[in-house]
Amino acid sequence: MSHLLEVKNLDVKFDTDEGRITAVENISLSLDQGKVLGIVGESGSGKSVTAKAIMQLNPGNTNYNDDAEIILDNENVLRFTSKDDLKKIRGGKVSMIFQEPMASFAPAIKIGAQMVEQLLIHKDINKNEAKEISINMLQRVGIADAEKRFNQYAFELSGGMRQRAMIAMALSTMPKLLLADEPTTALDVTIQAQVINLIKDIIQEYQMGVIFITHDLGVIAQIADDVAVMYLGSVVEKGPVNKILKNPKHPYTKGLLEALPDVNNLDAPLRPIPGNIPSPLDRPSACVFRTRCPNPCDNCREGKTEMGLMEVEPGHWVDQCCINCG
Amino acid sequence: MSENLISVNNVSVNFDYQENFISKKQKIHAVNNINIKIKKGSFFGLVGESGSGKTTLGRAILGANKISSGNVIFHDDERDYDLTNINKQDLKEYRKKAQLIFQDPYAALSPRMTVRDIIAEPLEVMRITNSRQETDDRVRDIASKCRLNLEHLRRFPHAFSGGQRQRISIARALVSNPKFIVADESVAALDVSIQADILNLLKQLQNELNLTYLFISHDLSVVAHVCDIVAVMYLGHIVEMAPSRKLFKNPKHSYTKALLSSIPSIDPENKSKAIELKGEIPSALNPPSGCVFRTRCPNPCDNCRNGNTEMGLIEVEPGHWVDQCCVNCS
Repeated sequence: MSHLLEVKNLDVKFDTDEGRITAVENISLSLDQGKVLGIVGESGSGKSVTAKAIMQLNPGNTNYNDDAEIILDNENVLRFTSKDDLKKIRGGKVSMIFQEPMASFAPAIKIGAQMVEQLLIHKDINKNEAKEISINMLQRVGIADAEKRFNQYAFELSGGMRQRAMIAMALSTMPKLLLADEPTTALDVTIQAQVINLIKDIIQEYQMGVIFITHDLGVIAQIADDVAVMYLGSVVEKGPVNKILKNPKHPYTKGLLEALPDVNNLDAPLRPIPGNIPSPLDRPSACVFRTRCPNPCDNCREGKTEMGLMEVEPGHWVDQCCINCG
Repeated sequence: MSENLISVNNVSVNFDYQENFISKKQKIHAVNNINIKIKKGSFFGLVGESGSGKTTLGRAILGANKISSGNVIFHDDERDYDLTNINKQDLKEYRKKAQLIFQDPYAALSPRMTVRDIIAEPLEVMRITNSRQETDDRVRDIASKCRLNLEHLRRFPHAFSGGQRQRISIARALVSNPKFIVADESVAALDVSIQADILNLLKQLQNELNLTYLFISHDLSVVAHVCDIVAVMYLGHIVEMAPSRKLFKNPKHSYTKALLSSIPSIDPENKSKAIELKGEIPSALNPPSGCVFRTRCPNPCDNCRNGNTEMGLIEVEPGHWVDQCCVNCS
């Protein structure tokens, strides 16, 4: 069976005044229908850039490598250039939910009008039908008085409600793939729990594929089937969520887990990952993690190793440098 | 000499609110009738959702917000400062002793000043030092305590990562030698790997410099780790207050229970058993009568539901205070 989404050997580079920045290097990911792929990593690790590449939303100074492929539903997205082709993915086959729901709605247009507008673009229906679909969708995501909310502006809704409306809008076109970029980060924990449950129900119901980007490993544990851990533009470990979180192999994944305060074990000391994330402008050569690795081997330290994922257990891939290091 | 550094007695903070110039003036009840005592050398945590009044209370204690009723007293070694009627001279003195660390290290530092100038500014504004040499010495001293390199002092903030910037903010807050620090969501904008580093630094500085913290956060797991005492706020009220271990082992208030159960577990097999709270935090313009939590309480009693109860903390165990409505309800 072919995957819903397959990203192969993707590099993303940006041309800036300070030179060419490598944001993402040699990433390969795949996602099946009805599954959730979590992407975790610190800020600057290239999570959002990867998601935006799928929708071709990266800015004009972006360079993709020639042999990269992003295959969505048997079509290579990176070859799309015409507006009509792009329309098929942006909002059609793929929808995106952003982190800050206030920033993603137009402030001077009613929520309802924005929902109807995108439906009219992507579906062959009239305004009344679009309104009906939108209101149904708002109800589906748990907004009370959907009809009243339909005629309100984004500022009249609270944070949790706005994020629900955003989800409703993203789902109303029935995309095959949902990109959720830190959708719960700006929300309070109680609202976050509501939104996670909502997204889980919706995946069950519509059987879409979801890429869920977050820096919160707890959220990943609760929602994802598979996880890819990113560091400075590279995937350093990927596999089923159980394996990654219970038996992490890469020191970065281990570090992330140890740095997390655990409510059930208050005596455990908090162990930060030493050092800072290097600037993408001076990205370490060879293994990108070597500047913060707790025990780099000599080859690593001198920058002589080459990164690349190795399968250590069925489905569990870890960067090879780290396996050799120990 | 009192063992408390800060006493907050029946403090309420209201804001005037007028939707437009012809509509009626209303009051926003941001903080209602709060009583807390912060012991010297303690790490006092304040948690709650956005809109619960955490920041307003923190600012009220610093004298940055007007207190509508009640009083805040800062017990210094020699004398007490009563913030509700404090003269200008005393307020200046107080500002040297109580400082604030902000949430967003990207917004808190002026992009046009070098790190040295940023850290030195409080000393100059408050006229603490007399010569440039003395200022430089103190800046260098505090910078090394906050683990900043001396060569960093000549650079501008844009050259630093989030964690380093937060260390600069901390150095600036500490340079005037304060006794009391309000850390308002100081790790919320940081990545987990760096968050742990900043928390450890705050702890270490507490021991080194004899600091007392009011640590404001919405992240319970962070609070659980660093704080000695935690107060949980909801819509301007403290609903539960206890030593952090007690609170996390044995929460009594249904809001605290719901908050704790909402923290996503990092064990994938432990799928969430979150007590889902209905709806969202009500507006502080129009808070529910009686117990403010009744509109979202999972099992309110009849008295609560009708708004006939009155809020107020009672001590259920030594040091463990819970809002009385909730004790009676369940």
